[in-house]
Amino acid sequence: MSDFDAIVVGSGCAGAIAAYELASAGKSVLVVERGNFAGAKNMTGGRLYTHAISQVFPDFEEEAPLERRITHERISMMAPDANFTVDFTSDDMLVSGQDSYSVLRGSFDSWLADKAEAAGAEFIFGIPVEELVKEGGRVVGIKAGEDEISADVVILCDGANSLLTESAVGFKRPKGDTMAVGIKQVIELPASVIEDRVLANEGEGAAWLFVGDATKGHVGGGFAYTNKESVSLGIVATISDLATSDTPIYQMLEDMKAHPAIAPLIRGGRVVEHSGHMVPEGGRDMMPPLVADGVILAGESAMMCVNLGYMVRGMDYAIAAGMHAGRSAVAALDAGDTTAAGLTGYVQALEGSFVLKDLEQFKRFPHFMESTTRLFNEYPVLVRDAMNTLFVVDGSPVAPLKKSLVPLVRKVGVMNLVKDLWKGMKAL
Amino acid sequence: MSDIKITVNVDEYLALNKFEVDEGRAHIELVEDPDMAEFLKLVRVCPAALYKVDEDGKASFDYAGCLECGTCRIACGGTIVKEWGWPGPTMGVEYRYG
Repeated sequence: MSDFDAIVVGSGCAGAIAAYELASAGKSVLVVERGNFAGAKNMTGGRLYTHAISQVFPDFEEEAPLERRITHERISMMAPDANFTVDFTSDDMLVSGQDSYSVLRGSFDSWLADKAEAAGAEFIFGIPVEELVKEGGRVVGIKAGEDEISADVVILCDGANSLLTESAVGFKRPKGDTMAVGIKQVIELPASVIEDRVLANEGEGAAWLFVGDATKGHVGGGFAYTNKESVSLGIVATISDLATSDTPIYQMLEDMKAHPAIAPLIRGGRVVEHSGHMVPEGGRDMMPPLVADGVILAGESAMMCVNLGYMVRGMDYAIAAGMHAGRSAVAALDAGDTTAAGLTGYVQALEGSFVLKDLEQFKRFPHFMESTTRLFNEYPVLVRDAMNTLFVVDGSPVAPLKKSLVPLVRKVGVMNLVKDLWKGMKAL
Repeated sequence: MSDIKITVNVDEYLALNKFEVDEGRAHIELVEDPDMAEFLKLVRVCPAALYKVDEDGKASFDYAGCLECGTCRIACGGTIVKEWGWPGPTMGVEYRYG
């Protein structure tokens, strides 16, 4: 007889929701979270797409601590001395189930944990799980401090830097070309100032990504998300490539804050937090097995994240995976079989959902970005030069557009441009 | 170090965070006399700037101020990062915003 029907390691998006599903079905469930409260060790860019959370909590928009509804999508090609921005707004982005909100994980994860606790889940905070307990190759519990606690199924939702997945499913430490590091500062500003600066209505805001000079031409990009009374500003860069940079990631962030395109956004703001977090970006090919005897992986511990340059997603995958992990664990517990075979319902559910379909669809994209360094160097400069040709007026006679633009494109190479476009299309 | 450009003082930003440093145990341990090329990778990738090289070219590392992201474990887990574990119970960084 186990101490609990289920133990969940980690109370983030995946863990709290898995626990909520289990507890709601009347199962005994213990959540072990190493932070002193849910969210204390977590960080996001970040933005939450609502379609997944609304499946679990249809009324989340009234209850959850959301920051701002995202009404502006901005993408910038950033050269050291110039910046070209596309600003997209659309009524389609505002339809319920298609919309998104900026969030901060301290408050958001606490809310999620409260939902699981109200459903009957028990919580231990402030204790890292250092080891899994195994019997004959099967996971039968966890070791936390001096205590061993047993469960019929253990659900690992312990994040991108899980130290348990090797023991659980034989997943080796990921390589530096499949993982990125994120750095972020939260910069406080009055709500009305934020709204004025990004041209948003009250309660609304922008998601803004930067490619090029934000990472000094290295693989990755900058981001800015507007919260209620702060801006989350940061950089995500692929670890293996960043390790060759002349500029460390924290200096990249400092320089980005001073870039003429960013400085006015945060002017007068006060940095209130400096954070770091890893981002898995290898797609389906780098993912570990999702189940083994007595154990399920969900969220970033299973590398469920995509980084497409113009879009970074992880929380909606974690929420859907946590939901399916919880529901599949309930079915396996009811059937009295929590071996890998008994838990395959989870894998099938994910294969049928957007989670594994997306991770499969985008699996070639990280390689495309890494092998197309022109995206981060030549193209932002090309766009700058082309725009300078269009917009800079100094009174000298204007040359025909063709005559001024063609040499710029030739400098990069027409074939390179065509090839990169084609490769990019194929990888999406 | 001469080719790495650093003007920002990250320690001032870390001072804004809430930390409970685990004084009893270093949760990250490096090998003795770490290879400099590997160490310089960590100078570049650690978002907390915990890996430093001074003007005389001397390498230093302090686990206090760690953001617990695991980037050094991924970058150099097979080379100069010997041990990587979590800080003890209730210790380490505590994000108030996240």
